[in-house]
Amino acid sequence: MIKFLFKGVIRDSHRSRFPIIIVIIGVLLTVLGSCWLKGVMGDMVDFNARYYTGHVKVVTRAFAENLDQMPLDLALVDIASLKQELSGLAPDMQWISRIRFGGLLDVPDAKGETRAQGPVMGLAVDFSPESGEVSRLNIAKSLVAGRLPLNQDEALISHELAGKMALEPGDVVTLIGSTMYGGLTMTNYRFAGTVRFGIHAMDRGAVIVRLEDARMALDMDDAATAILGYFGGGRYSETRAQNLSDRFNASLAGEKDEFSPQMMPLSRQDGLHEWIEYAGSMSGMLVTLFVLVMSLVLWNAGLLGGLRRYGEVGVRLAIGEHKGHIYRSMIGESVLIGLMGSLLGTLAGLAAAWPLERYGIDMGFAMQNTTMMIPTVFRARITPEAYYIGFFPGLFSTVLGTSLSGIGIYKRQTAQLFKELET
Amino acid sequence: MQNNTIVQLDGVVKRFPVGRGQFTALKDINLKFKAGEFSGLVGPSGSGKTTLLNIIGSLDGPSEGHARVLDRAVENLSHREAAELRNYHIGFIFQTYNLLPVYTVFENVEFPLLLQKMEKSKREKAVMDALEWLGLTDKVNSRPAQLSGGECQRVAIARAMVKRPEILLADEPTANLDSANSHHILKAMVRLNRDLKTTFIFATHDAKVIKYLRRKIVLEDGSVTKDEKKEPRSKS
Repeated sequence: MIKFLFKGVIRDSHRSRFPIIIVIIGVLLTVLGSCWLKGVMGDMVDFNARYYTGHVKVVTRAFAENLDQMPLDLALVDIASLKQELSGLAPDMQWISRIRFGGLLDVPDAKGETRAQGPVMGLAVDFSPESGEVSRLNIAKSLVAGRLPLNQDEALISHELAGKMALEPGDVVTLIGSTMYGGLTMTNYRFAGTVRFGIHAMDRGAVIVRLEDARMALDMDDAATAILGYFGGGRYSETRAQNLSDRFNASLAGEKDEFSPQMMPLSRQDGLHEWIEYAGSMSGMLVTLFVLVMSLVLWNAGLLGGLRRYGEVGVRLAIGEHKGHIYRSMIGESVLIGLMGSLLGTLAGLAAAWPLERYGIDMGFAMQNTTMMIPTVFRARITPEAYYIGFFPGLFSTVLGTSLSGIGIYKRQTAQLFKELET
Repeated sequence: MQNNTIVQLDGVVKRFPVGRGQFTALKDINLKFKAGEFSGLVGPSGSGKTTLLNIIGSLDGPSEGHARVLDRAVENLSHREAAELRNYHIGFIFQTYNLLPVYTVFENVEFPLLLQKMEKSKREKAVMDALEWLGLTDKVNSRPAQLSGGECQRVAIARAMVKRPEILLADEPTANLDSANSHHILKAMVRLNRDLKTTFIFATHDAKVIKYLRRKIVLEDGSVTKDEKKEPRSKS
């Protein structure tokens, strides 16, 4: 009987073509939308983790309350022993120190007078191979001109800023700021090269210096604004990050000192929790909307098909097929149609997502003033979820649509069959 | 039921609601059909032929009276039981053939046996036998759209006969056919009736069909006005 139904579905293009096309389009859009959301949100989370939040971040309590201001005077001290403690708590994680600071970049002319000046965001990172920071921040691949800072007091400057200030590698610039203790600091850096990260917040005006140079300049010996922790394999786990933070914070619950450390998982920083939840609900809404719209469309398609197949159903009733069997056979047909449409739709969705994952769409023009850690090139991401996220709703909506439209079979009066079948 | 009676109608009345009142389509019908009969309900449109055929075919039940078909009381059958009775014991032939257009001749004829869950080898043999009776073996893989009206009706007969039903109900089976095809179809039915002993009950007002009937039941305004049997021709 299944073979018989399958033949009917394949041969009758009216019965199969329209529903299959609808299912393909719906599943394609769901898969593509899901990959796109996963890609954009995933990249955003990933970029934030790499450049700013870590998978978990340890700062002082006071610093945590003023996170946006990056107050150096509220930085962590006694870093070496704190990192040792953290390594004991989570030995498989990598713990690295970072210093973020604000300052004024002054570019002198040949006579030593100010030629150009502008505010910059400073980032001090550990360039040693053990820290993995060069790879984590993708610094080597982001180099546009020059080289990595190898020697004392060398700095990288964002390509955009260097262009605005007409800087060439080898030029000397002065970074003016304040030390951890509030004193004025002016340090000359030799401009080693330019970088472009593809994140507007970083590319607009970042200066990257070696951690040890920043410590010297900012009077932050054995101090850092934050210690970032990264899980092995670089994959973020919300549950693990939350458990680790809870354990760490519980161990220091008795401390009253505002300089005592506090750990925050990625999701509790910069409103990322809301973003992650938003991505999850968007994905859920997409699937729900898809099922709803598709069911309505396929319900209507089923009703139209029911009208077209009115005679066929009548004959089948007359021959002796009972209503439940006809209804179930139509559900069976819808399963076949749903399977075909969902399979083709998933393949089409994956095919459409692939170039978006590989090449992405450059949205940099729309993010000229953003301060968020969002990549300028938005990419889709094909996750294992993409293989089924459209498939099951596609199948479900087809079956639901047919189930609704097929109810009419039960209302059919067999007493009218001879008359109906005469027309 | 006695004497090979396979259909017995006792005081059958059928009423349909019309507006606030009721229309009586059949009035006190008392009939018996014996196995192997080749009979017809004859009368003008609206005389109640199709309504009576509906009741005999277990597609509808009487409003009053009793209708027994193959020892089953039609008025007491559930939808499922009625479907089963039709599936195994009653064949239908319609005026407009009503073949399933996306299936081949073979598949159309095979369909009732699929519902009976008959095993494949038996099913194929039964289908080929039915097609052979109706002279359609060369059309096995044709679709209904590729056939003439006469061929379509022969496929419809094969579909009705393939399950070897005890009763075959035909509602105006020649209404859409020309004279030559009508005779061809009717001769085929006569032969099936003779060879397989299937009881044929027609609803018709076509003179070509009436000529072939061995029992003619005339209906007028829902009542039987005449029930006459044609004497078999003597061999001498």
